[in-house]
Amino acid sequence: MRIVVPVKHVPDIHSDRSFTEEGRVARGVENGTLNELDENAIECALQLVEAAGPEHRAAHEVIVVTVGPTEAEGALRKAFQLGADTGVHVTDPAIGGSDVFGTATAVAAAIRKLSESGPIDLIITGMAALDGLGSVIPSLLAAELELPQLTLGTRFEFSDGMVEVTRELDGVTEVITAPAPAVVSVTDHVNTPRYPNFKLIMAARTKEIIQWSLTDIALNPNDVGEAAARTHVVKSAPRPPRDITPPVVDKGDGGLALARYLIDNDLI
Amino acid sequence: MTTPNILVLLDTADTQLTSAGLELLTLANTLGTPVAVSFHEPSATALEQVRTYGVSRFLVAALDGDISPHITPAAAEALAGVVKETTARVVLASPTFQNKEVVARLAHAIGAGLVIDTVTVGFEGDDFVGYKRVFAGSWDIDCKVVTDVAVATVRANAVIPTPPAQPAADVQVETVTVTPSALATSVSLVSRTVHPPIHGGVGRPRLAEAPYVVAGGRGTLGDFSQVEELADALGGAVGATRDAVDEGWIEHDAQIGQTGVTVAPRVYIGAGISGAPHHRGGMQASGVIVSVNSDPDCPLFEISDFAVVGELQDVLPQAAAAIREYKASQGEASA
Repeated sequence: MRIVVPVKHVPDIHSDRSFTEEGRVARGVENGTLNELDENAIECALQLVEAAGPEHRAAHEVIVVTVGPTEAEGALRKAFQLGADTGVHVTDPAIGGSDVFGTATAVAAAIRKLSESGPIDLIITGMAALDGLGSVIPSLLAAELELPQLTLGTRFEFSDGMVEVTRELDGVTEVITAPAPAVVSVTDHVNTPRYPNFKLIMAARTKEIIQWSLTDIALNPNDVGEAAARTHVVKSAPRPPRDITPPVVDKGDGGLALARYLIDNDLI
Repeated sequence: MTTPNILVLLDTADTQLTSAGLELLTLANTLGTPVAVSFHEPSATALEQVRTYGVSRFLVAALDGDISPHITPAAAEALAGVVKETTARVVLASPTFQNKEVVARLAHAIGAGLVIDTVTVGFEGDDFVGYKRVFAGSWDIDCKVVTDVAVATVRANAVIPTPPAQPAADVQVETVTVTPSALATSVSLVSRTVHPPIHGGVGRPRLAEAPYVVAGGRGTLGDFSQVEELADALGGAVGATRDAVDEGWIEHDAQIGQTGVTVAPRVYIGAGISGAPHHRGGMQASGVIVSVNSDPDCPLFEISDFAVVGELQDVLPQAAAAIREYKASQGEASA
């Protein structure tokens, strides 16, 4: 079985995140990390390839793919620490400024290229990237690759070539099913990602990463990046901090003070 | 010169429109000519609502055969049929996970630009712009769409629902039926179960679109009754942290956060919530943030406009009683 997990290098949500003058998310090695929600997708893939037992593990492959500048490699290294077998880094100056469609185009092209060396059984992604939080890449990837989409899975099963996913949406639970190959996205409720073990941490440092340019994945510079983007960030600015007043300590009238605050500020 | 058609996807047109739908129609009126679309036949109530909001065309996006509009790619194909039929310049939808996926595939299919989770939208000259608040509410960005058709999801509480001066004379209902592709029907819906309201709160607004949200965290110790009492006094919804959901204290639907429901109410009240980044990411765009916590070093205080250090069981019921009393006195005054 070959499973592709597209991953993203994102600014740590605990860090001071910002935009560059060009309206792009500022990404540095310092504050960058593997998108936490991708760990659930990697865990899903690892559990599938480990299910048949350690003696069969080598027959399966978990491939992590990322698109982005040099530092995006950090996301692949983290995925190696968890147990991913192969890492692909698609990087090209022309990719900068891609919108969601450009990103999906590049990831899909990399997956197509991977399928030339053997069929891909599943593509599993996290439910969103913690920088953009758009949650649309899995759907766009399915559209690009013309594969069934089973997204936002809180429970995921794969047997006899069929994928079944349970989705907990706002106010409704759906169970959907489709034949593989398919694009699956999973939430942070689907499993608990493992911690890297020492041996894998050491091995991840020097593990080889496959580097592909746009030419390698049969794309033109105009297919992605600023050139193809249907949206442009034309303005970006940090918001002023809130006007914070010191907390009121309850001395028997804290609730009244709360109600008074809402009433006095015309909030009720 | 004719004004552009602004297609508004309505989620609950088969029953009645909630404030989320009315807000989208309000925005559509500021952008051009509002045109309504739904995957279901509209109810008489919904038709009267859209008429009041100046809508004279209501399109039902229907699928041939027995295909459910809950299958995302099929829904997107049906919607694409309606966009074509109406030559819409802009498509607006509420930001549910289902809608985000449907409009993403719609935009993919018709080559439209997409802006997800805007706080509001507008035209700057001929350019459609989506205004977004990102990075847990710490940055504002303006996204200009450069394609002929623009697709956007707009968060709740973007505008106060306001019908135009002139309602429509009447509403024409048209059905556009699309035969879904083989790809769209490769996914089957095994089952679909609608959840009961959060903690049995019948009549409360939906969490994602409520003007008031009272959320409980670990500090509730599992007792949400005071959180609910305050929410009901305000006419708001009940929310929770991931911790509270994982403890099994409240349903998953109540989870506010980066991977749960994103809320941006007029007033958010966090009760017994420390304010982990995951939770903040789902509420930091709220208008006013109030927090109540027995811990004076509660991190949520750092982003709160008003905070009380105190026990929930003392502060929340007292606040709820004072709010009920105030509302009752206002009711008498206006009567």
